[in-house]
Amino acid sequence: MATKTATKLVKEIRVDISKCTGCRACEMACSAYHAKPRYSSINPARSRIRVVSSEHNDEYVPIRSTDYTPSECNGRRTYVIEGKEYSDCSFCGSPCPSRDLFFEPDSGLPLKCDMCESIPEIIPMCVQACGESALTYHKYDVMVDAKDQERRGGIEIGLENLVNQYGVDAILEGLKRMQK
Amino acid sequence: MRYADTGFDLEIDLTRGSIEKVPNDPRDTELFLGGQGIAAKILFERVPPETDPFSEDNLLIFSAGLLHGTPAPAANRTAVNTLSPQTGLMSHSLFGGFFGPELKYAGYDRIIIRGRSPTLVYLYIHNDTVEIRDAAHLHGMGCTETGDVLKAELHDQGFQVAAIGLAGENRVFMASIDHNYASAARGVGVIMGDKRLKAIAVRGTKDVNIAKAAELFPITHEIHQKMAKSDGCGDWMAVDEDDSFHHNHFAWGNARTRRKDFWSDELQERWTRLKYDHMDRQTGCYNCPKKCRNVISWPGKRRFGYKCFGKDTYHMAAFLELDFSYEILGDAQEYGVDSYSTPQVMAFALELLEDGILSRDDFPGMPDDKRGQFFWLLEKIVRREGIGDILADGVSAAAKRIGKGAEKYDHNTTKKFEQLPIKLGKLNPAYFLMIATGEKMSITQIEGSFPQDPLPTKEQREEFVAKWEAVPDEKFKQYFLEWEKRNEIADERTCEIVDWNEAMHYIDDAIGTCGFVSSFRGQFGGSVPYHMNNLPQIISLASGMEVTKESLWKNFQRIRTLVRAVNVRRGLRREHERPPEDHWAVRDEQYEQALLSMYYKFKGWNEEGIPTRDTLERLDLGWVADDLEARGILEPASTVTARTGTAG
Ligand code: SF4
Ligand code: SF4
Ligand code: SF4
Repeated sequence: MATKTATKLVKEIRVDISKCTGCRACEMACSAYHAKPRYSSINPARSRIRVVSSEHNDEYVPIRSTDYTPSECNGRRTYVIEGKEYSDCSFCGSPCPSRDLFFEPDSGLPLKCDMCESIPEIIPMCVQACGESALTYHKYDVMVDAKDQERRGGIEIGLENLVNQYGVDAILEGLKRMQK
Repeated sequence: MRYADTGFDLEIDLTRGSIEKVPNDPRDTELFLGGQGIAAKILFERVPPETDPFSEDNLLIFSAGLLHGTPAPAANRTAVNTLSPQTGLMSHSLFGGFFGPELKYAGYDRIIIRGRSPTLVYLYIHNDTVEIRDAAHLHGMGCTETGDVLKAELHDQGFQVAAIGLAGENRVFMASIDHNYASAARGVGVIMGDKRLKAIAVRGTKDVNIAKAAELFPITHEIHQKMAKSDGCGDWMAVDEDDSFHHNHFAWGNARTRRKDFWSDELQERWTRLKYDHMDRQTGCYNCPKKCRNVISWPGKRRFGYKCFGKDTYHMAAFLELDFSYEILGDAQEYGVDSYSTPQVMAFALELLEDGILSRDDFPGMPDDKRGQFFWLLEKIVRREGIGDILADGVSAAAKRIGKGAEKYDHNTTKKFEQLPIKLGKLNPAYFLMIATGEKMSITQIEGSFPQDPLPTKEQREEFVAKWEAVPDEKFKQYFLEWEKRNEIADERTCEIVDWNEAMHYIDDAIGTCGFVSSFRGQFGGSVPYHMNNLPQIISLASGMEVTKESLWKNFQRIRTLVRAVNVRRGLRREHERPPEDHWAVRDEQYEQALLSMYYKFKGWNEEGIPTRDTLERLDLGWVADDLEARGILEPASTVTARTGTAG
């Protein structure tokens, strides 16, 4: 068994769906923050958080986008929570071919939440915009295997993220173009 | 590039089946901002005053506000304007939620609908794809049910849907247009039904551009955060369970009976339990941190949402309790009827029955209990069956048709429109002016910035004005400090107070901000998020126009005057500007008429309430003066001068 010898900082946004009012201020704020130049336009379709809601079923689920998945999954499970029906998709943040969520409206490229990483550090915009604290921000350390951390250097982690977002081919193409 | 605005209108002709995307004029935005403002201009220019509201030439306009889609919080009120068959005047209605912003993201500032479709249709808008689609399968369907069906068949929950129910389809005058749990009342659903337009489904994924984004965002972000924490905005009725104000002071039944001791602790406890036992959650509108809507599941009924006084109207009209409102509101929401006027029409009918003007034969099969009677009447009205067909035209028209003295029971309308059921003792001058001259038809759409009542002690008044950021002019602080008795305030001051109240509503309804964070809310406390002192900067930064307090005030005056001109052309005159005769027990005709004259003069209107050429020209509305003169509504300026000349 590996010994956990190093610490890793985890940043997390917790969602309390019972508190969500469906206002979509989080979408507005995320899209503004990621507009170029910053704040210059508003467009919820560019947001990395979307509130998937069905007013008349009283369902409001804010989902943050994660890695792109090239093919839709087959694990369609249904969950009934307090009389309301949800599926895997209700909570899944992957831009995926089966739905029109988390794709940049102009380029069609998948969108991914970057936790509003910036210097200086800020509290993620969606959390700031959530007046109801349905979204809350938490930072804490976890113990991890030091060897894992060593093996996976910064370049690998970064590349892996790029590959997840754009696919291996697009990255190789990009590298070739840069070499010219 | 246009900022805040998208720069495009959608022009739909349902008779011809045509759809056009038309660039709009930035000069109109400068002059009228958007929302109701530009809609009034379109109605004035394009709908001749003799037009029958049920004609194909009548326009139905859905307008986003200028700030919709910008980061400004609580900018989500969609304005719906048309000519009303009930009043004959311009209808103005608003609904919250998500529709207006989504329309902006689809790339349009407004939808202008003309004509009448031969069959029931709905309008599909997905960015540049706009289609008039068959709606046969939606016929007779409930409002929110229509929304659900459309979202399901379009495979996209992101569509925002505004729809009419059976009442609208059957051209019931009290029909509303509903979008989720938000509702546009006051005479617009009937025209949507007349045009055979069941619904509009809109989805947009385009940008709304901001002129000075880096400066605007921190300001609106701060307002948003303040709003979230403040109890000085939003609908306090969503959280305050003490509703003695409406129950003890407003009139029950056909706006007749006051029950001053109705409220009790026991009742409050019981009703609070009833609410929380059935409430799923409280929801808000687009980009607003408040949550004004209570969402209720009632056994055997469709889930519904309500806001504000909307929870009281049915049980107060029926002399019942909250459980009755909860029982009927889901049905009323799905049929799409206005929860303010509809219960009054029902109570009016039952009073006529009680007093023998109508007989049991007019109500075949109606149950004996009040509950059953209201449900029975609802079914008849939305289907326009039997007595329901007469009642579906509203109290005023129904009273005329019924005759036999029924007119006397039409005692709570102004300009043929049902007013809030308020019956008081002594005349309140400001309220006299607002109800008399208001063209938004409901007092809640006119009052709101200056407090309704003075505070008892000087210390309290001083404390109030000390944190009063919203005043457009320091003089209002003085007026408030010196105000001790409700009815004792100089008439000149009353005029200015009414003007300020109106101003905020006209601005809200043009830029699309919600009254609960602006025009309606200041009267209950000093700290509304939006006011004359911060809006000019917000509008400037969002739109790139140079807006000052003075220019914004002029925007208000211009829109207000143009709305008046639309209505004056349709016959509105001084004689129509009368609050219900029994609104106050003690009246003084001479005083009231003198006050009205003073107000007209203050506004730059003549003795008939018609804006003068000078006023119109000062507001860049010379073309309106030309039109009014050509129609003989205003005397041509040359004649007036000539006459003064001879007299002098
Ligand atoms: S953390 Fe930042 S990037 Fe991620 S969803 Fe929230 S606002 Fe968007
Ligand atoms: S801002 Fe908060 S309350 Fe509003 S939709 Fe997003 S998660 Fe829900
Ligand atoms: S204050 Fe209330 S009604 Fe107004 S926009 Fe916000 S949630 Fe909606």
